[in-house]
Amino acid sequence: MNDPRYDRKTWAVGAIFLALAGTIGYMLPRQAASTNLLQSLSPQRAQAAGSPHAEQQPVGPGPAGSVAGARPPTRPIFTPPPDSKIPDNEFGKMVRFGRAVFEDTQHNAKEFVGNALRCANCHIDGGRLANSAPLWAAYVAFPAYRSKNGHVNTFQERMQGCFLFSMNGKEPPLNDRVLVALESYSYFLATGAPTGANLSGRGYPKLPKPAQLDYAHGRQVYAQKCALCHGLDGQGQSGADGTVVFPPLWGARSYNWGAGMSSIDSAAGFAKANMPLGQGNSLTDEEAWDAATYLDSQERPQDPRFSGSVAETRKAYHDSPFDMYGQAVDGIVLGQHSPPSGPPRSQ
Amino acid sequence: MTRFTQPAVIAAAGGFWLMAMSSVALAADGRALAVNGNGKGALPCVACHGAQGEGQPAAGFPRLDGLNAIYIRQQLDDFADGKRNNDIMRPIAGALSPDERQAVATFYAAQTAAKADEPAMADEATISRGAALAAFGDWSKGLPGCNLCHGPDGEGVAGTFPKLAGQNTKYITEQLKDWQQGKRANDPLHLMTTVSAKLNDAEITAAAAYYASLPAVPAASQQRPAR
Repeated sequence: MNDPRYDRKTWAVGAIFLALAGTIGYMLPRQAASTNLLQSLSPQRAQAAGSPHAEQQPVGPGPAGSVAGARPPTRPIFTPPPDSKIPDNEFGKMVRFGRAVFEDTQHNAKEFVGNALRCANCHIDGGRLANSAPLWAAYVAFPAYRSKNGHVNTFQERMQGCFLFSMNGKEPPLNDRVLVALESYSYFLATGAPTGANLSGRGYPKLPKPAQLDYAHGRQVYAQKCALCHGLDGQGQSGADGTVVFPPLWGARSYNWGAGMSSIDSAAGFAKANMPLGQGNSLTDEEAWDAATYLDSQERPQDPRFSGSVAETRKAYHDSPFDMYGQAVDGIVLGQHSPPSGPPRSQ
Repeated sequence: MTRFTQPAVIAAAGGFWLMAMSSVALAADGRALAVNGNGKGALPCVACHGAQGEGQPAAGFPRLDGLNAIYIRQQLDDFADGKRNNDIMRPIAGALSPDERQAVATFYAAQTAAKADEPAMADEATISRGAALAAFGDWSKGLPGCNLCHGPDGEGVAGTFPKLAGQNTKYITEQLKDWQQGKRANDPLHLMTTVSAKLNDAEITAAAAYYASLPAVPAASQQRPAR
């Protein structure tokens, strides 16, 4: 007659054992997850501390590791529609023109361009590719406050900045056909994306902060892995008909000192994810950081916000360990001898 | 001019004359080598690559006219030392001296041949799929468009990225498969090894068909006045 009680005890021990096993089992993956969380947040901390380009910060849900069960920040995955979904109407025409501007900026927006670049150089696959500053992720992130200019920017205003800095050109007036077309194309690519979301693949990846930035090593990496296409002199290469195929990375025909890409952390993130073309993520973090340091330590067109003093301009716009403007490299202060910003005056 | 002595002027003029003549001589040697071979084991190039370097599409012998001289020279060097694996070309390139390789490369780079006929032209749908692949690639699998390196319409970029426009179908197809299978591996940074690994057979067919469909000489330069 002891059997039922004995049974109950056995059940109780079994239940406790099962609960313990379950708890241990439950803990194991969670611990692994919180380690990943720490790792994935550390580059974001580096970004927040170092970059003046605040618009690209991914935002984590809270302090890392503060809660044992905290989940990794899940950023929504988004896939843009294919070109075949561009509607066959007036809006579709504008989307197609936007795509044409994006691919052949030199011809289709020439009045606003002052260098040899095109949008698709830095936004690969026509602005579709994740981790190459895709348009769909940017589109749903505006209007937004930008520390770069201290006010809330519309998406069009953001694109004006692309022309002024990355294209070393002139801002198209708001609602100019070029901006309307690019906005329409971006809106099309963002079809179905949630507004305000920090979509996975936005901007360029934030690499873990390096122990040091090694210019000499960067020159070696550049010679081994970048110069084949961009040239040892960084001036890019053109095809048989004169079209620029590989963009210049510094000098008068490249992006100016106000461009996001002139910041080493942006260039390193882009290079890590996308370079050499078709071999993304083949560079080590160190190679990406150092090659970016080398190419962003070369002279390029002046910052359009130049006050007349390199030191003042650095203090106002370039006060970051990842920004070489106003720093001496090989005894020459960058920015001191920059070619003027903007399209050549003679034209 | 009065500040220069007469002998110096004569020497300078002589130097220019020599330079001018030597480049003419290089091209002339190249033609002779292409037509006759060198009598030391290098067979005449024209036997397989055609009288003007137009190639033989049916056999998959590539066209050489209009390819960049640096690229041709590099390939000859690679054939000779086995970096580019080819049983036919290895002994031929190996029998050419470095100067002869340079002469042949310079000669073919300067030629413009009419396009040799393909045994069969691909259908329009295949060609247009190839055109899209060449321009845009397929980034869903990390594949860049061919033209991002080989230039607009595959016209080539400098000595590193050869012209593909007007090249024959069989040659392009075979090369892409050789890259895929590691039979050809003389690509800088292994760019072609990486890219070809991402291509399926249908894409190889389409890309080859597209480039073979392009004119040997781009339309724009045909319209240009002769002088």
